[in-house]
Amino acid sequence: MALKSPVVFGVLSRLSRRSFSSSKALFSKPVTVRDALNQAIEEEMERDERVFVMGEEVAQYDGAYKVTRGLWKKYGDKRVIDTPITEMGFAGIAVGAAFAGLRPICEFMTFNFSMQAIDHIINSAAKTFYMSAGAVPVPIVFRGPNGAASGVAAQHSQCFGAWFAHCPGLKVVMPYSSEDAKGLLKAAIRDPDPVVCLENEMLYGVPFPMSDEAQSNEFVLPFGKAKVEREGKHITVVCAGRATDTALIAANELAGKGIECEVINLRSLRPLDFDTIARSVAKTHHIVTVEQGWPSCGIGAEICARLMESSTFFELDAPVWRVTGADVPMPYATTLEALALPRPPDVLAAVTGVLGARIDQASAQ
Amino acid sequence: MALKAGVRVFRLNGLRPAVRLLSTHTRPEVQNAQNSKVAEFPGARAPYISELKFVSETSYDPIPIYRVLDHNGEVIDSKEEPAIEKDTLVNMYKTMVQLSQMDKILYESQRQGRISFYMTNYGEEGIHVGSAAALSPSDLVFAQYREVGVLLYRGMTVTEIVNQCYGNCEDPGKGRQMPVHYGSKQHNFVTLSSPLATQMPQAVGAAYALKRVPNNDRCVICYFGDGAASEGDAHAAFNFAATLDCPIILMCRNNGYAISTPTREQYRGDGVASRGPALGILTARVDGTDPLAVYNAIRAARDHALRHNRPALIEAMSYRVGHHSTSDDSTAYRSLEEIQKWNNDENPIQKFKMYLERKGYWDAGSDEALQKEARDLVVKTMQQAEKKQLPPWKEMFEDVYHDMPPRIQKQVKELEDHLAVYGEHYALDTFKPE
Repeated sequence: MALKSPVVFGVLSRLSRRSFSSSKALFSKPVTVRDALNQAIEEEMERDERVFVMGEEVAQYDGAYKVTRGLWKKYGDKRVIDTPITEMGFAGIAVGAAFAGLRPICEFMTFNFSMQAIDHIINSAAKTFYMSAGAVPVPIVFRGPNGAASGVAAQHSQCFGAWFAHCPGLKVVMPYSSEDAKGLLKAAIRDPDPVVCLENEMLYGVPFPMSDEAQSNEFVLPFGKAKVEREGKHITVVCAGRATDTALIAANELAGKGIECEVINLRSLRPLDFDTIARSVAKTHHIVTVEQGWPSCGIGAEICARLMESSTFFELDAPVWRVTGADVPMPYATTLEALALPRPPDVLAAVTGVLGARIDQASAQ
Repeated sequence: MALKAGVRVFRLNGLRPAVRLLSTHTRPEVQNAQNSKVAEFPGARAPYISELKFVSETSYDPIPIYRVLDHNGEVIDSKEEPAIEKDTLVNMYKTMVQLSQMDKILYESQRQGRISFYMTNYGEEGIHVGSAAALSPSDLVFAQYREVGVLLYRGMTVTEIVNQCYGNCEDPGKGRQMPVHYGSKQHNFVTLSSPLATQMPQAVGAAYALKRVPNNDRCVICYFGDGAASEGDAHAAFNFAATLDCPIILMCRNNGYAISTPTREQYRGDGVASRGPALGILTARVDGTDPLAVYNAIRAARDHALRHNRPALIEAMSYRVGHHSTSDDSTAYRSLEEIQKWNNDENPIQKFKMYLERKGYWDAGSDEALQKEARDLVVKTMQQAEKKQLPPWKEMFEDVYHDMPPRIQKQVKELEDHLAVYGEHYALDTFKPE
C-alpha cells in the first residue's frame, strides 16, 4: 500500500521542512555536501589524469550549483569543459571519450535535463560493454542534482532514482550526507562501469560532520552497502538521499513517543543492499520505505517485491507501507509543492499505521 | 549587399591539390562604403547595413561536387589522379567485388530465412574503399551500419563477417547483436549502435580523447547518412567537433534515401555539406561513386584534421541501389528505372574497373576469376557458419557489469543445477561447450 496523506499533516510539516541537519557536527569539522563533492572530483582529477569534467557552465562559472568551484582555474580548459546547451551532445561526447579510454564526469545541470540524453546513458553507456562482448568498457560518471528543488515546477522537480536503477549495466548511487557524497562519488569515478550519481540541490548547502577518515584522499564507499543512520528495535525505515533527512526527523519525533526507528540510508539504489534491510527486519518485524520519487515501480515497490520473494516475508508482523512523492506532476504552487513531497508527518503516520496496536503500548509506558 | 560564395584556393606547401575542395568559404561582400562600419557584437562581427536583407539557400552557389573519374572511368584532369600503387588499387577493386558478392549472397540468405536481417551496400562501395585506403589503419572508425567495406579493406575476413551475421560461437560479438552490427577492436572499428546518429557525438568525444595523446597521429572518421544528419545528435557533433577543435572527419554518405524518405523531404538547402561552413568546419563535396575522388578528399581532410586538430566534413554523393534493409522493399517508393539508371550509369565498381583496365592493371579474364572466387568464398563460409554451434550458454550472463554481481552468479548456478538434472530435455549440443 502506498501512503500519501498530504492534507492531514500539511501544516505541521512546514515548520520542520527546512531543518535538514539531523546529524550534529560534534567530533569533526562540518563540511557541506557541495564541498564534499568538490573535494571528491578534485582529488580524483589529481589522482588520475584521464578524469575530466564536462557539462554546462562547469568551467569559468564554477558550475550552476558551484560543485566544480575552482577546478577550471586549477586544471584549465583541457580538463574542465564548458559545452553548448546540448545534453544529448555532451553526454554522447562523454560516452565516446570513455570508449576511447578517458574517465569523464558528465555533469547535468539537473537530472531533469538528462532525459535529453537518456539514449546515450541507457542504450550506449549501460549496454556497450555487453554489446561489444566486453571489448569496450565505459568508465563514466553522470552526476548532478536530482529530485525536487524548490519552486521550479513539474519539469524540473522529479526523482530519477527508479528510472536509472531499472537498467542493467548502470550503477546508481544517491548520497545523503557529505561523507556519502564524497565516498560514493570517488568510488563512482574509479569504477569500471557507468555510474549515475543522483545528488540533491537542497542538500548542497547543508553542512555535515566529516570524520578524519572521510577527509582523506583515499576515502571511498563501497557500492551496495547501506548505512544504518540510526539504530532502533521497533521498525525499519528505509530511505536514500534527501528522504533520509525526512526519515531522521520523523525518527527523532517518534523516539520522543517511545518508538525506536532503525533508519537505513541505502546509499546505492543499484546494487541494492537487501541484506541490511533483511537483517533489520528480522529484528524489528516492521518496515516503512521513504522516497521522493513516484510510487509506481519505485524503489519502495522494489523493496516490497524483494521482501515478498524472500524468507524475510515471514519476519513481517504487518504489511509494508511506502511513503513516496505524490503520484502527480509537481505542482508549482508552494503549498501544493510542499504537500507533494514526503514530509516527516507522513513518515510518522506510516510508522504509526504499520505498528498499529503497538503504538498504544508504547504511549502507555 | 549580396552574399556570394567565393571559392578560395589555398595552395599550402605539401598539401595535395584536392585541398582546394576543402576551402569553400562564404564571405559577405560589403558594397556600401558609408555602411561599412563593422559591428562587434559578442556573437557576430559583421557590417551594419541599413536595408533589411534576408539570405536563403539561393544566395549561395551550390557547393560543387569534386570528381577525378568520369562515368567511363577516365581521369578528367591528370593533375588530380592520386599516386596510388598498383597493388593498392587492385586491392581496392577486389574489396569492392568481394563486398558486392557478399551482399548478394547474404541478402539471399536472409530471404531464405537463414539469418534475420541484412543490409546491402550496393552503390556505395566506392565510398568504403576510397575512404579506407586514404586512412591509416590506426584511425578510429565510428560507422553507422552501411560501411562493412571499410572492415573488409582493413582485413576483417569474410568468415568473421558471416559468423557475426549468423551469431554463432565464432561471432566476435558473442551473438548479442543483430546481423551487420559489426565491431572490431583489432581493426579500430567501434561496435555499431542501432539508434541512429548516436555514433556522431561519440566519435567527436573519441577524437577529443585522441587529441590529448602526446604526438597523436590518429584521427577519427565518423560515417553517417543523409537521414542521420537530421538527428539532433548530428548537429551536436558538428558543433562540438568545431568548438572542441577535434581531429575528426565527418563523412556523410548521402545516398539519396533514408529508408523511404528522399533527400528532398529530408532537408531544404544545399544538402548536408552546407552545414559545415555554417558551423566553422572545413567542407567538401565529392562524387561518392568515384573511389579516387573520395580518396583525395579523405587524404586532404585527414591531413587537415591532424595538422590543425580541426574537423572536416565530406559529403559523398551517391545512390543507394539496394533496399534500405531486408525489412524494406524500395520499389514501393521509387521506380525501377531510377534504380537501373544509377546502377548502370554511375556504378562505382564498373567505373573503377574501367580505370584499372585503362591503366593495364586488370583484364576481363582476371575479373571473371575474381567474381567466381569471391562468390565461392562467401557460399563456402556461409555453409560452414550454419554448421557451427551457438555460443556457450553461460556467456549470456557475462559483460553486463565488469565483475559479475553475486545476483547474476546465483542465476548461473541455478541454471547449472537445473541443467545437471534436466539437461537431457534441452538441445544442449547446439551450444558450444565452455
